[in-house]
Amino acid sequence: MHKQKCLAVVCLDFFMEKRYLIDSCEYFYHRLKELGTWLPTMEKGDKETMKMVRAKDLTYEYVRVLETEQGTQEEKVAALKQINIEINKGDFVAVLGHNGSGKSTFAKHINALLQPTGGTLWVDDMDTKEDELVWEIRQTAGMVFQNPDNQLVATVVEEDIAFGPENMGIEPKEIRRRVDEALATVRMSDYATHTPSKLSGGQKQRIAIAGVLAMKPECIVLDEPTAMLDPVGRRDVMETIERLNREEGITIILITHYMDEAVRADKVFVIDDGDLVMQGTPKEIFSQVETLQGYGLDVPQVTETAHLLRKEGIELPADILTIEEMVGAICQLKSTI
Amino acid sequence: MIRDITIGQYYPTESPIHRMDARGKIVITFLFIVSLFIVNNFFGYLCVTALLGAVIRISKVPLKFMLRGLKSIVIIILFTAVINLFLTQGEHVLWQAGFLRLTTEGIYMAVKMCVRLVLLIVGASLLTLTTTPIQLTDGIEYLLRPLKRFGVPAHEIAMMMTIALRFIPTLLDETDKIIKAQQARGADFDTGNLMQKAKSMIPILVPLFISAFRRAEELAMAMEARCYHGDENRTRMNVMRLQRRDYQAAGLVAVYMLVAVALRYAAPLLPFWI
Amino acid sequence: MSIKINHLTHIYNPGTAFEKLALDDVTLEIQKGEFVGLIGHTGSGKSTLIQHLNGIISPTSGEILLDGENIHQDKSKLKEVRRRIGLAFQYPEYQLFEMTVYKDVAFGPTNLKLSEAEIHQNVVSALETVGISEELYEKSPFELSGGQKRRVAIAGVLAMNPEVLILDEPTAGLDPKGRDEILRAIQELHEKRGITVILVSHSMEDVAKLVDRIIVMHRGKAAMQGEPREIFSHVDELEGMGLAAPQVSYVFAELKKRGWDVPTDIYTVQEAKDVLYKLLKQVKA
Repeated sequence: MHKQKCLAVVCLDFFMEKRYLIDSCEYFYHRLKELGTWLPTMEKGDKETMKMVRAKDLTYEYVRVLETEQGTQEEKVAALKQINIEINKGDFVAVLGHNGSGKSTFAKHINALLQPTGGTLWVDDMDTKEDELVWEIRQTAGMVFQNPDNQLVATVVEEDIAFGPENMGIEPKEIRRRVDEALATVRMSDYATHTPSKLSGGQKQRIAIAGVLAMKPECIVLDEPTAMLDPVGRRDVMETIERLNREEGITIILITHYMDEAVRADKVFVIDDGDLVMQGTPKEIFSQVETLQGYGLDVPQVTETAHLLRKEGIELPADILTIEEMVGAICQLKSTI
Repeated sequence: MIRDITIGQYYPTESPIHRMDARGKIVITFLFIVSLFIVNNFFGYLCVTALLGAVIRISKVPLKFMLRGLKSIVIIILFTAVINLFLTQGEHVLWQAGFLRLTTEGIYMAVKMCVRLVLLIVGASLLTLTTTPIQLTDGIEYLLRPLKRFGVPAHEIAMMMTIALRFIPTLLDETDKIIKAQQARGADFDTGNLMQKAKSMIPILVPLFISAFRRAEELAMAMEARCYHGDENRTRMNVMRLQRRDYQAAGLVAVYMLVAVALRYAAPLLPFWI
Repeated sequence: MSIKINHLTHIYNPGTAFEKLALDDVTLEIQKGEFVGLIGHTGSGKSTLIQHLNGIISPTSGEILLDGENIHQDKSKLKEVRRRIGLAFQYPEYQLFEMTVYKDVAFGPTNLKLSEAEIHQNVVSALETVGISEELYEKSPFELSGGQKRRVAIAGVLAMNPEVLILDEPTAGLDPKGRDEILRAIQELHEKRGITVILVSHSMEDVAKLVDRIIVMHRGKAAMQGEPREIFSHVDELEGMGLAAPQVSYVFAELKKRGWDVPTDIYTVQEAKDVLYKLLKQVKA
């Protein structure tokens, strides 16, 4: 059926951006249906199956108790304000924002650890407000947290990785298979019988990722997984995440405030003060140097340098993100002289 | 440094005792302790010691490790000895000063209690030395399971033990760091009277508690995110399975218990000092 | 106050299976008023080194001289050494424990048994230096933001009026805004108080912005030392030690490799812009 839809709009594919493609599919489909053509009836939710995460007017408010001289006061704080986000299956998405911007709150919604006070969030078409879906949602979208120490449960690495599948009630033999596979995927097989407290931060974080992998999720949400790691640990974790996305096709939602990590994503969302303020490819986002800095975020040094040179009237591209791109652009400019 | 303290004194090696089922080992250790109180004469203790020695040999755990466990309870042993020495009623009075009386029966009792205590500790540490903490908690959870209908939270107890074992090294590390940090701010933990010393612990304990609570909160969330919801429909990766050696051990223990009972009733046939 | 480290060696757990050589014959000198960056990857020995400087751990061999005097010579003076050399550990906010910000910062000076007036003066001046305003003094430190907590914790060390301030990874885990606030505070206290600052960091960008001299630790040795300019021109050696130079340093190293006549000792965005502008301004014209 998918094929049929695409056939109908294949010419449009050239002119439209990818994200409009589905919409136009649907438009054509309904027009054709009105005309009473041969098309089979479309199942409900067919459009949504392409989306891993979909938020509609997602709002989260909580009450903060303030101790003031006039006594205690209650204050309503909106951590997320009517956020609309769509994340495609198989994408590597980065969510940027400074501390307290609401990005972690958003992450916890995807795992149904928090439920929206307004609006709706769907994970693989499951509404996170429906209590009976909670376990299935958590299985679909696994979560890795910031502090590597505070998310490992067992005293032996492989026992820890088995924790998720054990909770899901999976067959012992299958658990064993998944644990071995997950360990191999994060390249920690040699540490299967080690104790987590003797591992480095980066290794612990890879064990945490393996623990989620063993639950066979379609999507992994990582909430600042590298914030407490040294450069070597950060590199290892980032490599692991990228490999999972590329080779295993797992949707990655990386919550971070490191721009050099966000640069590697397919798409970047910027959250500031509970609002979704920017979205686009890394090139679209990071070319807006001053806007980003206004949100308390960094841009890569080369991007900033290029931006300053552009302001002086030198015609460098605005979307330089890497050292290679910078060197390439400089060489090209120089050759025109 | 605090972090050098090792918790869970498992001695990793390959031996038939190590490979035994944890549940079996727990039950056997329990029966062994019971047997120590069934046996009540020195001939019996001699037999028990010889048997325990043989088991230790099979377990390949160096005797040094066994005795290390005794070092920490030497005070308790001495205390037991002294109490029994002087407070046992008896007829053969050897020496008397005020209410303190040294009798032959007292000496006999003191030696007997000490032997029991030493055998008990060595036997129990053989269990922890040959069983990993994980196997041990799994075993305890399994054995407590029948008590669940009486409201014993078997799974929760086991989970708490696992988490405690997991976090002890982390919190020790943290304590070490906090002590150093407060020392760098001129904190003094060594001088002053008891009151001042107790007060000087506040700058260590408050941050430690705050951090422990923060960790607990984050861990709870991480466990929830990994679908933890108690032991309902929960499976385990490593299924405990009794093997031939466990049945063999069970048979041996049954014989051993019978011998222990026999030795007790054989006691009147032997002179009292044996 | 000058610090001299002579042939310092430290071995953890000597004689056991866990024996580890953390510092291997390190000889260094740090001058009064200097701003030094200490870099190296995890396990390079930099944490062990700074803990020696304030006498929290003792050397296996070698000595540390403060103004020519061995700090371990007279054990009764060790407390004085710890006052003169302030040490702010990684994640220092985890040591906060008092009911109010003011009391927490006063913990150090109180331990030194200073008079009330002196304590007050030290606390206020320390909090001012790190940019914590007066209305926060009576707040609980646990109500503050991450960056504020960390600045309060650093003020707690600063309130002891140290002559040297050592900061272990002061920006770890902070977002760009919190990081900039801390770095600004550190820079200010170095300029205003004129004290010696030793900044331990993984982040080359942070170090590059601030310090006069960099010491690179590798496998328990001081592998390189010199001005940032000099250190960051050795991009390849740094990579070999598991470290990285600032991004712009790589651009110039690459341009040089392609046969361009550019300096390789560039490490800040501003410098990079100026040099490239000169190079490319003909294009504009």
